[in-house]
Amino acid sequence: MPIKTNSKIYRLFFLILHGIYLCVLPGCETPPTNVELGNKTGVLHWGNGTEPQSLDPHIATGVPEHHVISALMEGLVLKDSQTLEPTSGIAERWDISEDQLVYTFHLRSNAKWSNGDTLNAHDFVWSWWRALQPRLGNLYAYMYFPIKNARAYYNGDVNDFKEVGVKAVDDLTLQVMLENPTPYFLQLLDHYSTFPVHQETVEKFGSADERGTRWTYEGNMVSNGPFKLKKWAINQEIVVEKNPQYYDEKNVKLNEIVYYPIENGITEERMFRAGQLHYTNDVPIDKVETYRATNDPALRIHPYLGTYYYRINTRVPHLKDRRVRRALALTIDRESLTKNILKGGQIPAYAMTPPDTKGYFPPNKLEFNPLEAKRLMTLAGYPDGKNFPETEILYNTNEGHRKVAVAIQQMWKIHLNIDVRLTNQEWKVYLDSESNGDYEISRAGWIGDYVDPNNFLDMFICGGGNNRTGWCSKEYDKLILQEAPRKESDQNRFAIFREAEEILIDEMPVIPIYTYTSKNLVHSSLKNFNPNILNQASYKDLFLSDDID
Amino acid sequence: MIRFAAVRLLQAIPVLFGVITITFILIHSAPGGPFSADKAVPPEVLMALEEKYDLNLPLWQQYFGYLEDLISGDFGPSFKYPGRNVSELIASAFPTTAELALYSMIVAIVIGLFAGVVAAMRPNSVQDYAPMSLAMIGICMPSFLLGPLLVLIFGIYLEWLPISGWNSLPGDKILPAITLGTGYAAYIARLTRGGMLDILSQDYIRTARAKGLSEIVIVCKHGLRGGLIPVVAFLGPAFAGMLGGSFVVETIFNIPGLGRFYVQAAFNRDYTMILGTTIFFAALIVSFNLISDILAMWMNPKLRQKDLGDEK
Amino acid sequence: MSEIDYPEENFSLWKDAWTRLSNNKLALLGLVTLVFFCIIAFLAPWIAPYGYEEQNLILGASPPSYQHLLGTDVFGRDMLTRIMYGGRVSLLVGFIATSVALVIGVSWGAVAGYAGGNLDAFMMRLVDILYALPFMIFIILLMVVFGKNLLLLFFAIGAVEWLTMARIVRGQVMTLKKQEFIEAAHSMGLPKQIIIVRHIVPNAIGPIIVYATLTVPNVMLLEAFLSFLGLGIQPPESSWGLLINYGVETMEEYPWLLIFPGLALTITLFALNFLGDGLRDALDPKTSKD
Repeated sequence: MPIKTNSKIYRLFFLILHGIYLCVLPGCETPPTNVELGNKTGVLHWGNGTEPQSLDPHIATGVPEHHVISALMEGLVLKDSQTLEPTSGIAERWDISEDQLVYTFHLRSNAKWSNGDTLNAHDFVWSWWRALQPRLGNLYAYMYFPIKNARAYYNGDVNDFKEVGVKAVDDLTLQVMLENPTPYFLQLLDHYSTFPVHQETVEKFGSADERGTRWTYEGNMVSNGPFKLKKWAINQEIVVEKNPQYYDEKNVKLNEIVYYPIENGITEERMFRAGQLHYTNDVPIDKVETYRATNDPALRIHPYLGTYYYRINTRVPHLKDRRVRRALALTIDRESLTKNILKGGQIPAYAMTPPDTKGYFPPNKLEFNPLEAKRLMTLAGYPDGKNFPETEILYNTNEGHRKVAVAIQQMWKIHLNIDVRLTNQEWKVYLDSESNGDYEISRAGWIGDYVDPNNFLDMFICGGGNNRTGWCSKEYDKLILQEAPRKESDQNRFAIFREAEEILIDEMPVIPIYTYTSKNLVHSSLKNFNPNILNQASYKDLFLSDDID
Repeated sequence: MIRFAAVRLLQAIPVLFGVITITFILIHSAPGGPFSADKAVPPEVLMALEEKYDLNLPLWQQYFGYLEDLISGDFGPSFKYPGRNVSELIASAFPTTAELALYSMIVAIVIGLFAGVVAAMRPNSVQDYAPMSLAMIGICMPSFLLGPLLVLIFGIYLEWLPISGWNSLPGDKILPAITLGTGYAAYIARLTRGGMLDILSQDYIRTARAKGLSEIVIVCKHGLRGGLIPVVAFLGPAFAGMLGGSFVVETIFNIPGLGRFYVQAAFNRDYTMILGTTIFFAALIVSFNLISDILAMWMNPKLRQKDLGDEK
Repeated sequence: MSEIDYPEENFSLWKDAWTRLSNNKLALLGLVTLVFFCIIAFLAPWIAPYGYEEQNLILGASPPSYQHLLGTDVFGRDMLTRIMYGGRVSLLVGFIATSVALVIGVSWGAVAGYAGGNLDAFMMRLVDILYALPFMIFIILLMVVFGKNLLLLFFAIGAVEWLTMARIVRGQVMTLKKQEFIEAAHSMGLPKQIIIVRHIVPNAIGPIIVYATLTVPNVMLLEAFLSFLGLGIQPPESSWGLLINYGVETMEEYPWLLIFPGLALTITLFALNFLGDGLRDALDPKTSKD
């Protein structure tokens, strides 16, 4: 039975609607965005990728951790953000002995911890002792291995830390003895794994080698860098504020940095557009096009010290023949891949080491040559792909990796007439498969920790943890582990590396595909931002200004 | 009724027990462990890590060790975030998720009740079809479709509302609440309409109308009561569903809630975090189901005899 | 116009219901739409204009045109084809998972309802216990543990949905059990199994159908959620859920990648819901208008 008084209901309805409208409208004046407010108050809003696992420099691994730690702490040496040359950090200056085996660091007299304590050479000795404690589980312990006896101490062959080549000659002088002349040693000292930690604070919250204590948390942390920790709301934000005890604090222009753990690139890009961020950690591939098309200066693309490559499991019968592997490598059209599919300014890679790594250029022995590839396949017993078993490419679930894999699958089909099936696994499962050798070809990426070819080449020594291909060459090992470290000049070392890399390219246990680029959106109000191939920002140099320049 | 509550509470124990056991078995069957990483982990380091977290003990020992800790209220340390306890992580994230669920609930109830009442007043007419269809959008559009659309329209083009975060900008709770709430609004609308139609087709309502009682009184006083009972019974599972299903909305809007934590923990193989969150959610679900069943029973004496065998 | 509560003769109820259903325009529309989509999905391998993995990397994503009626995605694959094939997967997951839920739920509920007593109490307590599990959480774990096994996906989703089905069936069976015609059959000496299968189940079918129709959309949404996490259907297979997820990522640059799969899914879900509602209204005399 229809209701007669529905007009009353409708009137009520509209009244409510009107009421809502009136309430919302006055508050409609949009509040200032993070960027607007931040520019006035000196607060930088930084998109930081995943939530940092730990801010303890001797435990952390990963780029998001690196960003926060580099604001909070400082090591002996800093890097010029453009040239990447070592500049003085806690160490004001240093002397290197003739034979390049002894480094003597003269520390600043005014270096302090954020709680006012003075920072001296003993702090470094203690910190480096801590970093090498096996129970701590420091995945970057190998950064210390150029130091005399450091590797032996870590492995337990040497029991007394006093035998390790680091000594506090006096409060302000630190002496380091190396195993071999290591021209890139100063670079290592800018990596956070060699940063000092405040002994009293660490020990207040647990034993020195106890992994995962609370000393790095809000209210507890004591650090020595341009900023100190103000707030750490997990999965929400990390806020650091200017450290008044920092020796160079008058040159630090930012007041605060807020790090946002935003995993989703699409969300992050939207936040940037809405003025909530000054800087994004990454830019989704499809958005890169849009920014390029409008020549938007916010988009910053820069070569990044990393290589995207495929590992080949050399234990698999039909992949044992190096001619097959080389054929596979020769039929990847890297130019087309980077230009048409990746579209992020990536550079085709024909060797594992990125070109111009501190002046090193890898040998040029790879190219796109399908004819030669066909010839090699025939020689190997698979003319026109006949009888070649279906091969699997494994990658971790990610659209970008899939794009590359699909494209390569097509290329191999067209040029070599072989069948490839694609398998994607979730991250942890994929890691497991790779380390267990449970794959045929798998996608991989390696980001350099320091600017030196060694970082890219010592992965593939026999049985190396990062090798995982089952490939082993005694000659390669000799070059990398014995001959190269003995050379004093970069020039001589690079010659050895080139020799080693030639072996690597000849044997092709890994197929380099492209060199990474870092893609970020940077607001025009962020000044002094100098991108470099390590994608490291120098927070003490950055400042915010609304001026257009 | 007290007996009913007591019986249900007692039942909760084997439920939680079953939850713990099943979860434990599942996570340890998953390939990949909490410590595998891109850069190879040296075997000694791996051993030290596993020792610290008791992962090198036989499975049954780990299981009973966990139960022992649980009884004393200790959910254990998180594997992924060294130094953090699972309980503190849950405590930091849960209030956010609860708030989100609460606001979404309000949205769902407001839209749902309104649509249901309007529809029930004139069944099978445009007044019925229109609001019900509109409410249906909630069911038929997944939140990961609706959310980004709302973001696009209201956040980017119109610039009326913030598009991410929670408690950082004023108004940033509106879009997430609407996205999560509209899904349930449709169910509430349906239940309200159904329950009200039940009542409104009764003879005594006809008598009341014949007597000249105003329509609003009839609808609001009598009809609504019939409509509210199934809604109240539904609130429990709805709230529980919101808590569990919040992770999509949390991911889209970058909200630091427990749902997102849980998904990350599953992907990171953070065993203790997974177990802790699962137990926590199970306990919540049991409690909410119980509360809403009690409420529904209290509102309708007939239900005390009848079985709870109705559909959603 | 019969408004009796118990089914006297089967076919008059069905005829009655059909009449009511055909008067419900929305439900009819839903039925027609559903059948249309199912036919297209079934015929996809024969009528799709392109292969679903056929790429055109130079073309990339392009808006709808004569060669590609619904546009192409970032790999240059034809969207019309992708949506057709995606529909196959989505509808298949929907129906199969629902069937799994149906089989388990109906058997469980019928047995519990008919047996009554302690067996019933035990079985339903088990259902209560399972009801309390945070299922989203378990499904995520299951998919993480067992990987991208399509069969397992059906099973996992079905295993979540059978509970309510069991409850409904049990309720129906218990009501029917007390009906006179069942008692008559019983006293005639018909064995229990025959009674259950030939008399009880056909009469309980009404609500079962309704609920099943309403479960399919839930299942499809569940599959889409899993795809959102990267746990559901894996490429190169594709479902509407997966297509929508891809579309959301590029919805500003290439809106057609979102609109068309989104429409497909939403329309199908609307159709199923309207149909289910219509069926419920048709089969349940109480909600008839006055």
